[in-house]
Amino acid sequence: MATNNLNIQEFLDQDQKKDLLRLLTAGSVDDGKSTLIGRLMFDSKMLYEDQLAALERDSKRVGHAGEDIDYALLLDGLKAEREQGITIDVAYRYFSTAKRKFIIADTPGHEQYTRNMITGGSTANLAIILIDARYGVITQTKRHTFLASLLGIKHVVVAVNKMDLVDFSQNIYEDIKRDYKAFVTQLDIPDVRFIPISALKGDNVVESSERMPWYHGVSMLEFLETVHISSDRNFTDLRYPVQYVLRPDIGFRGFSAAVASGIISKGDEVMVMPSLKKSKVKSIVTYDKELDYAFPPQSVTVTLEDEIDISRGDMLVHLDNLPRMERQFEAMLVWMDETKMNLSTQFYIKHASNSTKARIDEVKYKVDVNSLEKQKVENFSLNEIGRVVLTTTKPLFFDPYKKNKQTGSFVLIDPVTHNTCAVGMIIDRLSSKNLPSRISDVDKGKIALGKSLIRKKERQHKYNQKGETIWITGLHGSGKNELAFSLENKLFKSGAATVLIDGSSVRSGLNRELDFTPADRAENLRRVAHICKLLNDQGIITICSFISRNNSLRQQIAEIIGKDRFHLFYMNASLEYCKNNKPELYILAENGEVENLPGIDLEYQEPKNAQLIFNPKDNENNLDQILDYLSKNKIFPNK
Amino acid sequence: MKEYSLTNLRELEAEAIHIIREVAAEFENPVMLYSIGKDSSVMVRLAEKAFYPGKVPFPLMHIDSKWKFNEMIDFREKYAKEKGWDLIVHYNKEGFEGGVGPFTHGSKVHTDVMKTQALLAGLDKYKFDAAFGGARRDEEKSRAKERIFSFRDKFHQWDPKNQRPELWNIYNARVQKGESIRVFPISNWTELDIWQYIRLENIPIVPLYFAKERPVVNMDGSLILVDDERMPKELRDKAEMRMVRFRTLGCYPLTGAVESDADTIEKIVEEMMTVTVSERTTRVIDFDQEASMEQKKREGYF
Repeated sequence: MATNNLNIQEFLDQDQKKDLLRLLTAGSVDDGKSTLIGRLMFDSKMLYEDQLAALERDSKRVGHAGEDIDYALLLDGLKAEREQGITIDVAYRYFSTAKRKFIIADTPGHEQYTRNMITGGSTANLAIILIDARYGVITQTKRHTFLASLLGIKHVVVAVNKMDLVDFSQNIYEDIKRDYKAFVTQLDIPDVRFIPISALKGDNVVESSERMPWYHGVSMLEFLETVHISSDRNFTDLRYPVQYVLRPDIGFRGFSAAVASGIISKGDEVMVMPSLKKSKVKSIVTYDKELDYAFPPQSVTVTLEDEIDISRGDMLVHLDNLPRMERQFEAMLVWMDETKMNLSTQFYIKHASNSTKARIDEVKYKVDVNSLEKQKVENFSLNEIGRVVLTTTKPLFFDPYKKNKQTGSFVLIDPVTHNTCAVGMIIDRLSSKNLPSRISDVDKGKIALGKSLIRKKERQHKYNQKGETIWITGLHGSGKNELAFSLENKLFKSGAATVLIDGSSVRSGLNRELDFTPADRAENLRRVAHICKLLNDQGIITICSFISRNNSLRQQIAEIIGKDRFHLFYMNASLEYCKNNKPELYILAENGEVENLPGIDLEYQEPKNAQLIFNPKDNENNLDQILDYLSKNKIFPNK
Repeated sequence: MKEYSLTNLRELEAEAIHIIREVAAEFENPVMLYSIGKDSSVMVRLAEKAFYPGKVPFPLMHIDSKWKFNEMIDFREKYAKEKGWDLIVHYNKEGFEGGVGPFTHGSKVHTDVMKTQALLAGLDKYKFDAAFGGARRDEEKSRAKERIFSFRDKFHQWDPKNQRPELWNIYNARVQKGESIRVFPISNWTELDIWQYIRLENIPIVPLYFAKERPVVNMDGSLILVDDERMPKELRDKAEMRMVRFRTLGCYPLTGAVESDADTIEKIVEEMMTVTVSERTTRVIDFDQEASMEQKKREGYF
């Protein structure tokens, strides 16, 4: 045996270096999920022994058990489950291969246990979604995929199982793949793969199958071993939620936390939320040694140069990268309690290391997890999911869940039963409906407005103009941009001081992270409105050319800029005209490759209160009309 | 280029430290249950790490069934003194004075009185609102479903069908008076992880884990160590010296040894990797009744 010692040491040294993949499996009762897991665990154990044996002596394959082993039995757990013959809760399984260690959260497929899938999936890097090749994409498949996307799982592998029962047919596989792809594009999952398998017979589970030569991809296990997950963590935005304050003696004051995101380094200048006090990182202490830097998910203790009062729930961040600090936000909420949501309850909310109380202000809608349709409801019952507005007693420091799982997630605890009754994922930003009021108003009172020494009259006199906004609305391709540029040119040459803003100028930089969903479109416009406000305050005329698709949005923009200096003009072009004028986007939208294009799948409302309405075919006249309007209203020239 | 990735072990370690700190921050009166086994040794090290350079801010409690291996007690005394632990040793006084033991009362009664009842009485006596345990989900099937923060009602009972949802690393620590939470910081560790960590960190463990020539008696297929005089003489007379080690540690009459020559951690791992019998099968108590561990957990045993 002594001769093996070195080998086993080599093995242990290698084993120590393995990383960890947490995965979620979801499927319905009969589509072979337990069989797949059982086989992954069992067969990889065999490989494990092989691996060890190979290190000990010559490689010697350990004989496999016959094909008739019921792999599902290996996983059998609680009594109740045995009686029902199905998995009733989340069960965690562990296995390891030569390359990686794995934790599987094995979750049930049937409806009443959505909360368990949510529980099992919250820490998963990857989800395996099983589809029975005989039945294809079914309601349950969609539900599981939706939940995976809701949880922000970045990698989904669709295991098309029971290929042996459909004669390993490539056509069936391709059909399922196409159906699934059509569905999954509505959701936000960056990495989706497909693998045709037979869990029962072992095809493409551990070893590539010879019975599906048309499939050129890797086996399930090979995929799990190689999928790249380390970049899924957020190493950008430092969020250090202080969990515990360590004061062993007078000389030491340490702030312990698990780094939620970003990198904290010795010497970093940091700010403490919510006090906004600043200091520098003096040291990063661990039992083993002091570190120069720490990253998620490390648990460390930080000391600071200055004596600042910091307690549990506070957060250290970098000065140039702050989370939102607010009492009100919107979230996707999953109701986990048998008792219905009650809007008058004051819940405990736990968010990162922070605890406070929270109330649900409003239920926006419920998502039907089967159809993904939004429904208007008053409250949620067990397993229902939807969008809500929450207000907390003290401010939380958070980021959108999409950007940061650690600081974008929270749980609600019932004040009486102390059950975890709901879990939530904070949404990037407020919906268009609440656009101006909430974002601009919450902290308005706290900001002391700087007082300029230059009076408005002085500016008007100097520039010979009033700092106001000319806003041109109209469909994509209506010709509003052309008009805006002609106007800019004309005004410039006449000596006016103007700034032109259009979609491409803001979306290429300032608003680059925004998409074209209704909410993102609204946010885009909100920011533009604030730019206009700033420029107008300085006496500059702004010329804006944006689709700005409905009255509510345009009204909110007017409110931000100031109603008396917001001038709305409408480029009244028919959809037909626009399609002819700029066909590219419209073709894509009609093919379903582009979504949320006003006039196609988003409504465009004609403005009711436009000051001027233009005919796109008559640009000369349009320009004259505007100049006339500006002159009449003493916008330019002012004298 | 800086490295921003952790190995499996360091990731598990970070997770456990986070859990341990969370308990210290959220509960008024937590305790770490200390069984003297290898998992307990790992837990203690993790607790030391969590509060370094400070001291661990909660006591350890050993539920002494009075039938533990003598080497376990020696080990406990040595390290408690050396490391300056705040250690509570609790046992069922009535049971002990009434002479309850596995040889006379059978494993079921003994375990119930000297382990489960003693544990519950110990928790009640000190009014602990949270108790750390070293259970791992890979150990046993019913544990695979248990949360990291596992809620217990005022009778210390676990309801597997009505567990609190547990997401991300946000743990619900709210309890009413009398209720408590069992906390399992090493839930996600496997047996191999434990051994690897002990090796990596040089953590001291009870020598019984390593193979040595020891006097054992074959009792219904289990190799039971002759640890003291309380083993009936007719059994003791059958003892023979064999090269054995223990894969788990508990009450000596209820814990079977395995024949082995693994006298280093490396050899233990090697043996473990090639032996397919799961770890707990050498503990006699699990065989008492169908799904017995689940039953015991419902009653409050870990």
